[in-house]
Amino acid sequence: MEFVLNKERVQVLDIDADTTVLNLLRQRGLVGTKEGCASGDCGACTVMVGAVTSDGQIEYKIVNACITLAGSLAGTHVVTVEGLQNGGELHPAQRAMVEHHASQCGYCTPGFVMSLANLVEEQIESDQPAGNLCEIVTRGISGNLCRCTGYRPIVDAGISALNDTSSLSVCHDDARDFLQTYDHENDPADGSYHRPRCLEDLDRFVGAHGNQCLVAGATDFGLEITQRWTRFPMIIDISKVIEMREIGISDDEISIGASVSYSEVEQIFAERSYPFVHILHRLGSRQIRNTGTLGGNFANASPIADTPPVFIVWEATLELRNSKGQTREVSAEEFYVGYRETILASDEYIVRIVIPVACVDRFHRLYKHSKRIEDDISSVMGAFSIWGDDQNIGGIRISYGGMAAVPVRIREVEAMLMGAALNIELVEEACARLRTVMTPMTDVRASAGFRMDMAVEMLDRALREYMGEKLPRVDDLL
Amino acid sequence: MNDVTRWNTDNVENIEAHESAVKHVTGRAQYVDDIAEWPDQLHVATGKSVHAHARILNLDLSAVRACEDVIDVITYDDIPGDGDVGTVYEGDPLLATEVVEFVGQPLFAVAATSLSAAKYAVEQAIVEYEVLEAVLTPQAALDESSFVLPEKSFVRGDVDAVIAGSPFRIKGEQYIRGQEHFYLEGQVSLCIPNEDDGVHVVSSSQHPTDVQKLVAKVLALPIHQVQVEVRRMGGGFGGKESQAAPLACMAAIFARRTNRPVKFRMPRQDDMIQTGKRHDFWNRYEAGFDNKGRIQGVTMDLAALCGYSPDLSEGIVDRAMFHADNSYYYDATRITGYRCKTHTVSNTAFRGFGAPKGMIAAEAMMDDIAVKLGLDPLDVRIANLYQEGRAVTPYGQTIEQHMLPHIISQLERTCDYRQRRDEIAEFNKGGDSHFRKGLALTPVKFGISFTAKHLNQASALVHVYTDGSIHVNHGGTEMGQGLYTKVAQVAARAMGVSLARIQVSATRTDKVPNTSPTAASSGSDLNGMAVLDAMNQIRERLITFAASHFDCAQEEISITDDKVRIKSETYEFAEIVKLAYMNRVHLSATGFYKTPKISFDFDTTTGRPFFYFANGAATSEVIVDTRTGEYRVTRVDILHDVGQSLNPAIDMGQIEGGFVQGMGWLTTEELLWDGEGRLISDSPANYKIPTAYDVPRTFNVDLYDEANREETIYRSKAVGEPPLMLALSVWCALRDACASIADYRFSPPMNAPATNEEVYRCITLAKDFMERVDD
Repeated sequence: MEFVLNKERVQVLDIDADTTVLNLLRQRGLVGTKEGCASGDCGACTVMVGAVTSDGQIEYKIVNACITLAGSLAGTHVVTVEGLQNGGELHPAQRAMVEHHASQCGYCTPGFVMSLANLVEEQIESDQPAGNLCEIVTRGISGNLCRCTGYRPIVDAGISALNDTSSLSVCHDDARDFLQTYDHENDPADGSYHRPRCLEDLDRFVGAHGNQCLVAGATDFGLEITQRWTRFPMIIDISKVIEMREIGISDDEISIGASVSYSEVEQIFAERSYPFVHILHRLGSRQIRNTGTLGGNFANASPIADTPPVFIVWEATLELRNSKGQTREVSAEEFYVGYRETILASDEYIVRIVIPVACVDRFHRLYKHSKRIEDDISSVMGAFSIWGDDQNIGGIRISYGGMAAVPVRIREVEAMLMGAALNIELVEEACARLRTVMTPMTDVRASAGFRMDMAVEMLDRALREYMGEKLPRVDDLL
Repeated sequence: MNDVTRWNTDNVENIEAHESAVKHVTGRAQYVDDIAEWPDQLHVATGKSVHAHARILNLDLSAVRACEDVIDVITYDDIPGDGDVGTVYEGDPLLATEVVEFVGQPLFAVAATSLSAAKYAVEQAIVEYEVLEAVLTPQAALDESSFVLPEKSFVRGDVDAVIAGSPFRIKGEQYIRGQEHFYLEGQVSLCIPNEDDGVHVVSSSQHPTDVQKLVAKVLALPIHQVQVEVRRMGGGFGGKESQAAPLACMAAIFARRTNRPVKFRMPRQDDMIQTGKRHDFWNRYEAGFDNKGRIQGVTMDLAALCGYSPDLSEGIVDRAMFHADNSYYYDATRITGYRCKTHTVSNTAFRGFGAPKGMIAAEAMMDDIAVKLGLDPLDVRIANLYQEGRAVTPYGQTIEQHMLPHIISQLERTCDYRQRRDEIAEFNKGGDSHFRKGLALTPVKFGISFTAKHLNQASALVHVYTDGSIHVNHGGTEMGQGLYTKVAQVAARAMGVSLARIQVSATRTDKVPNTSPTAASSGSDLNGMAVLDAMNQIRERLITFAASHFDCAQEEISITDDKVRIKSETYEFAEIVKLAYMNRVHLSATGFYKTPKISFDFDTTTGRPFFYFANGAATSEVIVDTRTGEYRVTRVDILHDVGQSLNPAIDMGQIEGGFVQGMGWLTTEELLWDGEGRLISDSPANYKIPTAYDVPRTFNVDLYDEANREETIYRSKAVGEPPLMLALSVWCALRDACASIADYRFSPPMNAPATNEEVYRCITLAKDFMERVDD
């Protein structure tokens, strides 16, 4: 495997398939990148990874080195905190952090510097006006935790760095040449880390090894390695499978490849669904959204995943494919069969998710409840899609995450509302009914009683908003 | 993010960047885990108890020993010296003996050639337990009289009679959860065996001397065979005061047994499960007061969840008791602190050291009184502030300087408290909005000095080299708080030279011995003074020498701006230093400082535990969604007293950072155990410290401009801990928003943290109250 590490090209041979980027960097003496949690929560390990996008542009994004697999770096330009300086000059993000007294213990600092440097890089790449810098910076560091400063000076440093007109791209000539000429097609597998480029190749690997070692962004899989100390002698990286990277948008449907990242999904829905984009902003962090994928959100079969309830109410279907190349379509709803169990056969995988445009265009409300606004797992996630005329509900879909062993659709309540003339009494009846059909649990995120109350509140709010009431959430106000 | 961030312009000259700022942003600042590894280096992991309280019937480690890459395995019996690593009192076995007392307690330790091999190996042990009954809450511990140390009380007057005779009374209880430190750098120690059969330890510790003593103890070595070095920590917050030593001890034992360098770095989850946190407290209070809300008598019971051993809990509960008055005069008083023994990890120091837990009871009481009398809570607070004639604390120390009335009135004015109070009252009446707003202005008075008197001392070592460069060592440690920067500034100012001449290097027990922990906000107070003492000695020697050499009076010599002025001549500082050396002047000195005026007798509760107090006040405003309990802190205004600031940029960082950390403790950080005593908030995925988004959009912070009346280092004040408690204003504002639902006629008994769920519970209680009233 070959990539550019800061200013130099490096070849890495014979590393274990489950080596993380963080371990690779630190073994090479680049110890500026820190391990704070090894679970993608704190951002102390943030590095920038540059790659050529499908339209030929070079784009840098931040990732959590602690759970990103080293094998995913083939053909990329990795920039660490050691690589930001230009001929001894501090990068504008570094300079601003010093000037604003934005480091105290310094341990999280390299990660913040990288997140801010990435914002600077995006600004250089973009020809759009910047917008609200405070908001851009706050969002840009959503995946970085600092325990010392209280963040104010870091945000100020970020704003100042974005106002610095002297900024240069981290992409130097050699990196550009390398990225643009790298031959991904003939990029050899590194021992046991495989990077299939097409479905046929993938089928061969899945046929031989099953679907247990399929990895896209590794935002969940990586924790198996770093938290549970599981070893994986072989890994099949599906993030480069071209068909699974495809995004297709027609008048009728939106098709999103299983290896499309959340960040890319944000862009697809930017003009189509404010509620969904808002939910995505609260899903993981920027780093996680840059590598995590929709396919992964489904295939991990977590009962608390944020996007499945959305796709259930949007009547999305998943296209599955097995190692023999046979495909089938299942609805998002029927994909789950039990706690952490899916309908996938052992040699089957998700190729893409297809969403009818008409469903996205319907009235919908998506509500997430969590202890912390940013980068927190839902205690309850509610999704509501309602259609019909002013008088009667033509149809309704209700789905919840966090309320049962799988993301669930609430058919009982849907049935009682279908075709009905909506009024406050009916809303109250629906809420009362909801209480009878769910039995949530108590855990570290919330008590059963609170989950139930919040699920009911969400239904009530969605129905009232459908009736024209305005019930903003607290974060809509500010 | 903030509209204005201000600091007093008089002090701008003292603003210097953190001495490591450039190293931080370039990744060159070295932490323990960044030190290049030796080819034969070993890594440690421990096998953990899965029960809160159990007898170990059998510990079969044969499969552990058989694991690939495992070099050594130890149990308690393999400890060469005394295996108890309790920092003040005994009771912390390095590895479990017959009985385990918390989930996660280390049973045995493994040294392997990689961390992953060590982590894999520890899972292979076969352990048989006889499960014993576990005590898991302070309430249960009180029921069973299960304590790690005896209770203590401050008693003044016949408080029960006073309360009974008061015109008004309130009574309440609150469960206040602890807090995980979540320093970004987890616990870590590296131990290198040396040729003297001793060890060199590089640790992430706030207390190198404690590490040194305990390593010597477990190895059965004299202290002089152990050196401990701490360059910096990636955050400490109290969590590395006593909790760093066990890692160093285990690494040291393996280092001596194998004669190889050994590193023990705890992965995040182990750190969260196996090291102590801020104590949970269960507080009960009762107060009697007059129709102005002036308190006539208070009783408080503060029961701390100490975990299985004393650790630092004696001082922590003491400090909770010392701050149960916060800023208020109670007159008749009985404050009792209980140190509950539970089968949980032994809780430890955390910024504030118990004080936040006493203060939150005081602040809850103020709000309860205000609701009872229909007064603005701020007026109740002002009425109860210490003042002339009402100036003696429940522990007998007289408050000599009444700063808070001034600080509060200044803040009240600058943050438009009264106007906003009216606007919020109006908003909260407002029709059918599902939002409510809350506002609170709360003070902080924090006693400065270790309550263990002997710790109030510090030493320093200063060398002046012949090129005029100066090397400074002291006993304090750098955990991000800017101590090294402040001390370097003190050194430069004391000598009259530029900051560039000063190098402060790693804290080492072989350079400055017998150090106190860098704790109790004392770092710059103690070490700054010790360095000043050393610098003054050398400066005096230089001046004495110059007077004699140049044949002039000492008054005719001055050292400023790197220049020595002798009569009408001006010399470079380095020139005079070189000359002094050639004339055999001693250019090295040790400095020493001990805090004056302090002493306290717990038996008679008389004396003066604190040299002085640091003061501050904060106003917080919140908006709450009454349908869900979700909320935002929309505006915060702070006015804080740091005396004459040694470095306003660093002090601002401490104030803002402390506030946000305190806000985390009181809002989103929920430390939870299950019914079996297992920590369930055991990773950053389920334990949520604030992100940048949670910081109030309007965040005005100002320094209160007044020099410390006590003779502290350049009249500054300690700043590490006090600002954390300014965040109580957020908690009170949330409670205020909930009370608004009951027309401020009912104050819901809010616990901490005030998560969305807790706020929702309080909203529901307030709604229930209104329904009862309406019926």
